[in-house]
Amino acid sequence: MKRTVFIAAAVALIAAFFVGSHFYKSGRAEKLGFMAEDNAETFVRPYSPTLGSEEAKVYLVKFSDPACETCAAFSTYGKQALEAYPGKVKFVLRHAPFHKGSDGVVRILEASRRQDKFWETLEMLYKRQKDWTQNHRVILSRVWPLLPEVGLDVERVRSDMNDPEIARIVQQDLSDARALGVRRTPGFFVNGKPLEPFGARPLVELIQSELRIQYPE
Amino acid sequence: MKNDGKTTALDLDWLLCFCAWLITFVSTLGSLFFSYVMEFAPCVLCWYQRICLFPLVLILARGLFPFDPKASKYALPLAGVGWCLAAYHSLLYAEWIPADMQPCTQGISCTEVHIELFGFLSIPYLSLIAFTLLSAILIVLQRRTPV
Repeated sequence: MKRTVFIAAAVALIAAFFVGSHFYKSGRAEKLGFMAEDNAETFVRPYSPTLGSEEAKVYLVKFSDPACETCAAFSTYGKQALEAYPGKVKFVLRHAPFHKGSDGVVRILEASRRQDKFWETLEMLYKRQKDWTQNHRVILSRVWPLLPEVGLDVERVRSDMNDPEIARIVQQDLSDARALGVRRTPGFFVNGKPLEPFGARPLVELIQSELRIQYPE
Repeated sequence: MKNDGKTTALDLDWLLCFCAWLITFVSTLGSLFFSYVMEFAPCVLCWYQRICLFPLVLILARGLFPFDPKASKYALPLAGVGWCLAAYHSLLYAEWIPADMQPCTQGISCTEVHIELFGFLSIPYLSLIAFTLLSAILIVLQRRTPV
């Protein structure tokens, strides 16, 4: 009898855990889909750096931290999607500087945008990530010597990155990340649908399924 | 009749131990839900409380089959330490202890997000409630157990 009660309780609780997690995840996806229709701004701000055609109907939004290793590893997927489906995909980069000291690097990135070197700088920072991070900490002094590699005017970056306008952009991106429940980076959304489960293959599948919806053969 | 009385006492003790196990198991699943489903990264203090909580699921379950009333003896130290940590964490959260003393650090790609269920129940308070109930049950169980 006691054994039965114990086993029944254990099984019931474990089942509740899985049912609960299923409902939580589907509820979140539904809510985000709803937000994507009504609050598209939360996903893409007018100032957000984008790549790809203006006509594209599939928006791949990435909340990224330049100091995050997985973000660097995933940086190729956005590019691949743009190349594989020209004109149909638009890539949007949002900032989610969760690592200590990352916000300084993000402000450098935003300053590089004023010299039209945003994507080059981002790619270089991802590639050389090991040179300027240590145990997931940003060492800003090691970022500066890398900047001339992409042809940046370092002095101009230094003055531009302290522009309050840039601080506002970073703040807005962080608050949008919070609103969308992004707690880990990279945080991907395809037309407002969160990447769930996380992974390279699910990301490709999510993009393809959204392409099928937006561009029926 | 004598025999019956003994059985009832044993049953009540068993039931208390079962309730204690139930609390630890619900709390364990709850904390896993927060970190793996809702994706809240646990802070340092949360981890210390988990160290006290998770083993209790196994210790108390072991004490239930066959029933060993001394299970409380082994479970209480963990529950006590967990309670102290939860109390400290709750005081920090309620800002009774100055925020600059807060030892919670940002983990790897984790933001400082605190949720409040029903508007007031935050995770530290949930932990404090669980450890309080658990410790109370275990103390009662220990008092009832002949040395």
